[in-house]
Amino acid sequence: MNIPYPDLTPVIPEIIMATVASLLLLAELVASNKRALGYIGIVVAAIAIYLLPACKGESFGGMFINDTFSVYFKTICLISLILTILISLKYIQVQQADFGEYYSLLLFSTTGMMLMASARDFIIVFLGIELMSLSLYILCGIKKHDPRSTEAAMKYFLLGAFSSALLLYGISMVYGLTTSTDIYRIAAYLRQTPPTLPLMLSMTLIIVAFSFKIAAVPFHMWAPDVYEGAPTSVTAFMSTAPKAAAFAVLGRIFFTAFQAFEPYWTTILIVISILTMAVGTVMAIVQTNIKRMLAYSSIAHAGYILIAIAVGGNEAMNAMKVYLLIYTFMNLGAFGIVILLDKGENISDYNGLSKSHPYAAALMLVFMFSLAGIPPTAGFIGKFYIFMAAINAGYTWLVAIAVIFSAISAYFYLRIIMNMYMKPLGETVGITPSLGLAAALFISAVMIFVIGLAPSVVLF
Amino acid sequence: MGHASHPVETEAPESNFPLMRTVAMIPMLALLIFFGAEVARNLHYPVLSTVIFLPIFGAVAIILMKRGHDTLVRWTALLVSITTFLLSLPLYTNFNKGTAAMQFVERSSWIRAWSIEYFIGVDGISVLFVLLSALLTILCVTVSWTSITERTKEFYAALLLLEGLMIGVFCSLDLFLFYMFWEAMLIPMYLLIGIWGGPNRIYAAIKFFLFTLVGSVLMLVGIIVLYLHTDRSFDMLRMMSSHYPYDLQIILFWAFFAAFAVKVPMFPVHTWLPDAHTEAPTAGSVILAGILIKMGAYGFLRFSMPMLPEASKALAPAMMVLSVIGIIYGAVICLGQTDLKRLIAYSSVSHMGFVTLGIFALNTQGVQGGILQMINHGIVTGGLFLLIGIVYERTHTRRIADYGGVASVLPVYSALFMVFTLAAIGLPGTNGFIGEFLILLGGFTASKTLGVLAATGVIIGAAYMLWLYQNIFFVETNPTLLGHGYRDVGMREMLTLLPLVVLVFWIGVYPNTFLSFMDVSVQGLLERVNSAGQANVAAQIIEVVK
Repeated sequence: MNIPYPDLTPVIPEIIMATVASLLLLAELVASNKRALGYIGIVVAAIAIYLLPACKGESFGGMFINDTFSVYFKTICLISLILTILISLKYIQVQQADFGEYYSLLLFSTTGMMLMASARDFIIVFLGIELMSLSLYILCGIKKHDPRSTEAAMKYFLLGAFSSALLLYGISMVYGLTTSTDIYRIAAYLRQTPPTLPLMLSMTLIIVAFSFKIAAVPFHMWAPDVYEGAPTSVTAFMSTAPKAAAFAVLGRIFFTAFQAFEPYWTTILIVISILTMAVGTVMAIVQTNIKRMLAYSSIAHAGYILIAIAVGGNEAMNAMKVYLLIYTFMNLGAFGIVILLDKGENISDYNGLSKSHPYAAALMLVFMFSLAGIPPTAGFIGKFYIFMAAINAGYTWLVAIAVIFSAISAYFYLRIIMNMYMKPLGETVGITPSLGLAAALFISAVMIFVIGLAPSVVLF
Repeated sequence: MGHASHPVETEAPESNFPLMRTVAMIPMLALLIFFGAEVARNLHYPVLSTVIFLPIFGAVAIILMKRGHDTLVRWTALLVSITTFLLSLPLYTNFNKGTAAMQFVERSSWIRAWSIEYFIGVDGISVLFVLLSALLTILCVTVSWTSITERTKEFYAALLLLEGLMIGVFCSLDLFLFYMFWEAMLIPMYLLIGIWGGPNRIYAAIKFFLFTLVGSVLMLVGIIVLYLHTDRSFDMLRMMSSHYPYDLQIILFWAFFAAFAVKVPMFPVHTWLPDAHTEAPTAGSVILAGILIKMGAYGFLRFSMPMLPEASKALAPAMMVLSVIGIIYGAVICLGQTDLKRLIAYSSVSHMGFVTLGIFALNTQGVQGGILQMINHGIVTGGLFLLIGIVYERTHTRRIADYGGVASVLPVYSALFMVFTLAAIGLPGTNGFIGEFLILLGGFTASKTLGVLAATGVIIGAAYMLWLYQNIFFVETNPTLLGHGYRDVGMREMLTLLPLVVLVFWIGVYPNTFLSFMDVSVQGLLERVNSAGQANVAAQIIEVVK
C-alpha cells in the first residue's frame, strides 16, 4: 500500500507548538530562570497566530483541516495562552509552583485544542481532547503541596476520563453504524438513513461528553470545585481556551456530521442551554468565593453560547466565535485581578478595594460590567450578536429567556463592584503587581473597549 | 457616607451681603450666556457631537487627574459643564421651528457589518431635553461643591459622563446607538447612588440597576426584532415611516413599554424610584428627577408612537388608566410620608402620571402639555431636590418632623422653596400651571372620566405640598434648629437656583417660547399616529360593508 507523504503546510503551527513544548521540557532541566520559558511560550504562540492564516488547507487525507473557522478558534486559544502565561509569570513563583513543565504543559494543552479546532475526523477530535485534557489535569494539580489543588486535579481527572470514555463510546457506535470516522462521510451517510435509536444514542453520548467539557448543566458539577481548587492562573486558562476548542468541535460536528438530525439535537441543546443559563446564574448569586462565582458565571456564559449552536446557521457560528473571543478577554481579565490580590478569593476581600487599590478596582469594574453585558463594553456586543442571530433564526422566545437571565446575572457582577466601591475598607489586601500581569490586564481592558466601541475589528 | 458634621459659621452682620453680590452676578451671567450664544451660533462645529463628547472627554480628563486636587477637579467640572451648555445654545438660537424634520443631523457609518450608523439629530421633541440636560448638569456641579468631599474626582467624572450619555440618548437616531447610550447611562448613575448616597444607598442602587436593566433587555429583544423587520437597519427615521403588522406592533409595544414604563416610572413598576431618589446624593436626585425619568416618556414619544402607531392607538386607553392610577396613587402616598426626599420622590410618580396621561391622550394639547410638563417637572422637582440638598447639608436630616419654623431661621431659603412649591402645585403664573392645564385639557378631550380623576390628583397635590410647606417652614420653630447659626442661602446656592426660578416664571408667563419649538414636530407625530388609526377604522368599515 502506497501512503502518500502528507502535505504538512496546514499543520505547521501545531508542529511548531508541539516541538517547542517538548524542547521546553528539556530546557527546564538546564534553565535557571523559569520565566524565560514563559517568554519563549509567548513568542511561539505569537508566531503561531501569525502563521495560522497563511497555512490554510487540508492534510492527512482530509482528517485535518485548517479553514477560516478553525483559524479563528485557534487564534482565540493562542490569545488565551499568551494572556495566561502573562498572568502566570509571577503568580506561579509566588505559589511555589514554579516548574518549567508548567509552560510546557500549557503549550501542549493548546496544541491539543488546535487539533480539536482543526479536526475533521473523530480520531483527531479524540486525540486533541486527550492531549488538551491530560495536560490540564496535571496543571490543576501543579501546586503539589496544596491538598485543594490535588483534589481538584483528581476530581477533574476522574470526571474528565469518564467523559472521554463516553465520547469514545459514542464515536465507536457512530463508526459501527456508518463505517467511518470522517465527519463528511458520516454526514453523507446520515443523509440517507432514518434516525435510528442507536444513532440517536451515539449522538446523545457525544453531546454528553462535550457538555462535560464546556461545563453545561447537568454535567457541570465538577467546574466550581475544580475552578476553586486549581491554581488561579490555570483556572483562568481552563475557563476560556478549552471551552473555545470544545465549542469549535461542537459546531463542526453538529453542523456537518449530524446536520441531517438537526431537529433532534436542536431540542436537546436548547434544553441544555436554558438549564445551563438558569443554574449558572442562580448558583452564582449565592457564592461567597469569587473563583466559584466566576465558575458559575462561566457556566452561565456557556449557556448563552449554546444558544448559538442550537439555533445554527452561519450568523450564529460567527456570533459564537466573536462571543468566545470577547469572553476570553473579559474572563481572563477578571481572573487576572484575582491573581493580583494576595488574598482575593473571598468576595468580602474586595470590600473597599477602590480605596486601597483604585486602579485594580477600576479594571475589575470594567471586567464585571463587561461580563454583565452592559454597553459600551465588549460583553454587550457578544450577547447582542448571539441574540440577533437567534432572533433571526426564529427563536425570539429563547432570547427573551436569555435576556432575563442576563439581567439577573448582573446582580452578582454588581455585587463585586458594590463591595469594591460602596463598602467600607476592611483590612487592606496587599497586591503583587508584575509587568506581565499588568500587560495582560491592560490588553484585556483595552480590547474590551475596542471591541465594545468598534466591533468591526472582530466581525468577519 | 459619613458626613462629618461641619455647620458653617454664621456671619450675622453680613447676612444680606451674599444676596447683593448675587444680584451683582446676575448681569454678568446674563452677559456670559448672551455672548456665549452669539459666539457659538457663529462658530461652525458639529453641535450635537460636541455636547455629547465634550462632557465625556471632560470626565476622562478628570479621572486622569491626580488624587487630592479637589479644587482643580471642581473647577474643571464647572468649566466643562458651562462650556457644554454654551456650546449647546445654537440648538436654541439656530433651531428651525418651522419643520418637523430632524435638524443638526450628523451621520456616518459605524459598524458596517450590521449596518449601524453614528446617526444623531434633534427635532422639536428632543431639543429642549438636550438644553435642559446641559443646564441641570451645571447646577449639579455647583450644588455639590461643598457637599461632596469624598472621592471628588470620581464624583465629577461620573456626573459629566452621565451628562454626555444622557444627551446622547436624546440625540440618537440610530436605535443601536440609542441603546448603547441608554444602557451605558446606568453605570455612572449606579455609582452615583451607590457611592455617594444616603445610608441605604447600596440597596437603592442595586434595585435601581436591576429594575431598569430588566426593562431594558426586554426592549433590546424588541429592538432586534424591529431591526430584522426593517431589512436590517437601525435607522429610526426609516422605522418611523415603515409599517409593521398589527400583531407585531402590539408585542413590540409591550417590549418597549417594559423599558419605558420602568424609567418613567409608571404605576406597577415604580417601586425603585422612591428608594433611588431618596438615597441618591443631591446631584443624583436632580439628574434622576430632572432628566433620567423623562427618558421613559420621551421613549414613548420617540419610539412607541411613531414606530408602532396602531398599537399605540389601541393601547392608549390602557396607558391612560395606568397613568391616572399613578397620579392618584403617588399623590395619596405622598400624604403619608415622613421623609422629605421620599415625599418629593413619590410626587414624581404622580407628576409623571400627568405626563404619560397627556402623551397618550393623543391630541395636540395633551402631547404638548406632556412634553412641557416633562421640562417643568425637571425644573421644579430638580429645584426642590436642590433645595433639600442645601438644607440637608446644614441639618443632616431629612425627617419632616425634625423641621418646623424654618422660615424664621432661613428666610431667603423659605422664599425660594415657596416658589417651587407653588410651581409644583400648579399655581397660575408658574410653569406647573401651563403644563397641567394643557394635559387636563387633552385628557378631558380624550376621556371625561379620566380627566376628572386626574384633576383630583391636582387637588391632593396641593394638599401634600402645602402640608409639607407648613410643617417645615411655619408651625412652631423646632428647638433643634436653633443655636446652630445655620447660614441662609449663599451666593453659590443662590446662583444655582436662580436659572430655575427664572424658568419657572418664564414658562409660566410666556410658555410660547418653548411650545413653539415642539409645535410642528408634535403635529407631525400626531398625524402619523392618528392617520394610522383612521386607516384601521376605514378597514373595519370596509369589512362591515362587505
